[in-house]
Amino acid sequence: MAGQSADDILKRVEQNMSSENRVFESTMTIHGARSSRTITSRTHAEGDKKSFTEYLTPPREQGTKMLKLEGQLWIYSPSTDRIIQISGHMLRQSVMGSDLSYEDMMDDRKLTEIYSAVISGKEVIDGRETWILNLSAKVSNVAYSSVKMWVDSERFVPLKEELFARSGQLLKRTTMSDVRKIDGRWFPAKIVYKDVLKQGDGTEFNITSIKFNQQIPGYIFTKAALKQ
Amino acid sequence: MKLAFKLAYRNLMGAGLRTWLNVIVLSFSFLIIIWMKGIMTGWDHQAKIDMTNWEIGGGQYWQKDYDPYDPFTFSDSHAPVPAELRGEIDKGDAEAVLIAQGSIYPQGRMQSVIIKGINPGQNIFLLPTQKLDTVISDAIPSVIGSLMAGNLKLAIGDRVMIQWRDRGGTFDAAEIYITDIFYANVPAVDQGQIYIPLEKLRSMMSLEDEATILTYRNAEEGRPGYNGWMNKSKAELTKSVDELIKVKSAGISVFYIILILLAMLAIFDTQVLSIFRRQKEIGTYIALGYTRKEVVGLFTVEGTMYSVLAALLSAVYGMPFLAWQAKVGWTMPMDASQFGMAMAQTLYPVYSAGLVISTVLIIMTVTAIVSYYPSRRIAKMNPTEALRGKAQ
Repeated sequence: MAGQSADDILKRVEQNMSSENRVFESTMTIHGARSSRTITSRTHAEGDKKSFTEYLTPPREQGTKMLKLEGQLWIYSPSTDRIIQISGHMLRQSVMGSDLSYEDMMDDRKLTEIYSAVISGKEVIDGRETWILNLSAKVSNVAYSSVKMWVDSERFVPLKEELFARSGQLLKRTTMSDVRKIDGRWFPAKIVYKDVLKQGDGTEFNITSIKFNQQIPGYIFTKAALKQ
Repeated sequence: MKLAFKLAYRNLMGAGLRTWLNVIVLSFSFLIIIWMKGIMTGWDHQAKIDMTNWEIGGGQYWQKDYDPYDPFTFSDSHAPVPAELRGEIDKGDAEAVLIAQGSIYPQGRMQSVIIKGINPGQNIFLLPTQKLDTVISDAIPSVIGSLMAGNLKLAIGDRVMIQWRDRGGTFDAAEIYITDIFYANVPAVDQGQIYIPLEKLRSMMSLEDEATILTYRNAEEGRPGYNGWMNKSKAELTKSVDELIKVKSAGISVFYIILILLAMLAIFDTQVLSIFRRQKEIGTYIALGYTRKEVVGLFTVEGTMYSVLAALLSAVYGMPFLAWQAKVGWTMPMDASQFGMAMAQTLYPVYSAGLVISTVLIIMTVTAIVSYYPSRRIAKMNPTEALRGKAQ
């Protein structure tokens, strides 16, 4: 911990978590109050601002595609064969019934750009030593005014995050596990999102395969690709 | 002509039970049509009164971006209250309401909600906002409508979490405490809405001194416009009620037509029968010097007189019934609050002279036409054959 400032830690976290581009397949298991369901998808992402996701299963969601481009979000549904832009209050709706809202996916600024961090302590999570970072917003137009983050002190991967409202009320909790070294960087393959105000056991996000720094054709990040 | 009326009256009275059956059926039609039209007029009056008391006051100013049917507009539809209206607001003759979008989490379920900030001391609306004027250390006092309470399974004294985003987009959340639940006939002020103190919402949203809607108490003509605000007069705001009543009235008129048709069928049959049975009488009239036109007129007057007698009869037993209905009203057998429109559970009919006179005139005209139609046969009769009772 000596010599490491909170901002340095945050920068190292970003180096691990963000990449020039990546292609990954994942499963999202939504644990509702009564039942659970799993959705698989393939995502192409370039930086933090561009991403293209195609849902593969279940059959009801198969062929649904989502494109995020510089703060805008479009969804293509094969059943209606239409592309709709998600904006305004629709951004607050949950993504396919999960604990994630569309707007959670939209904030693509770097943590160091919007938060100032301080180290508030240390804790051991699942046998890993972590630093506890308290992040507070330094800009006004940020979704969560403060974030508490537990960062693996050796691998620089967040293992837990708590997102707070301006009033201090805890809104969301994210836990990361199954940290693997992929292409020279540590990356959590399992992330559990929990909207603490909602019932249910949260949404489990498992990355089944991930490749960094791939050649992604430019047309993938266009609206035309949604209908292909 | 006087003779025609006299003869018609004598003939009708002479026909006895046949006449009275027709008159009774027609008088039912009179009564039911007037009552149903009265119910529609009463609904119109009541809906407008309820809207005035609960939702629109004497009229409103809407921030220029506000569209109640488009929640996309809510996040941007707020502006500082115009300085010219401050005096009126201070006197309590106008009230500011700020509208924000948020989510509510009853029993851990997330639902969209419209958060309305309103002055607890207001008295333009019947909303029990005085119940907001209380201090609860760790929660925001709020009132909700009975529909909302039913949907979310909330009761007075319950606490529930709400979440919203301030003007910068930052999430915020707090608990609300239900201080009262109101019952309103206007679902537009109830469904999906919670009311909290105006100043609290302004500070939550970082929108000091701003509003989305400004409601004034008195409906005055020619109120001035303010930059960035749209003036919505009471007539404009109740236009939807007029349109709804118009559509409903058109639907119900099918029922009137069926009622009138039944009555007219009876009169038509009676006319055909009396022309057939009274051929000798018709021949005698013509032999005495009546023109065919005059005889047709005589029978038409006779038929039309059914409606006069029916109007008189329905006045006898209908007036007490209509007066009683106006007093106790008609309570709908199903729950009106689920209809999604301004509608009381009990509707009180309102009758106007215009309504009664127009109904009577319409039925008399239709009866006259129906009476005239079979009487045209008389014009084709051979008087000699008619006198012998052999004209067909």
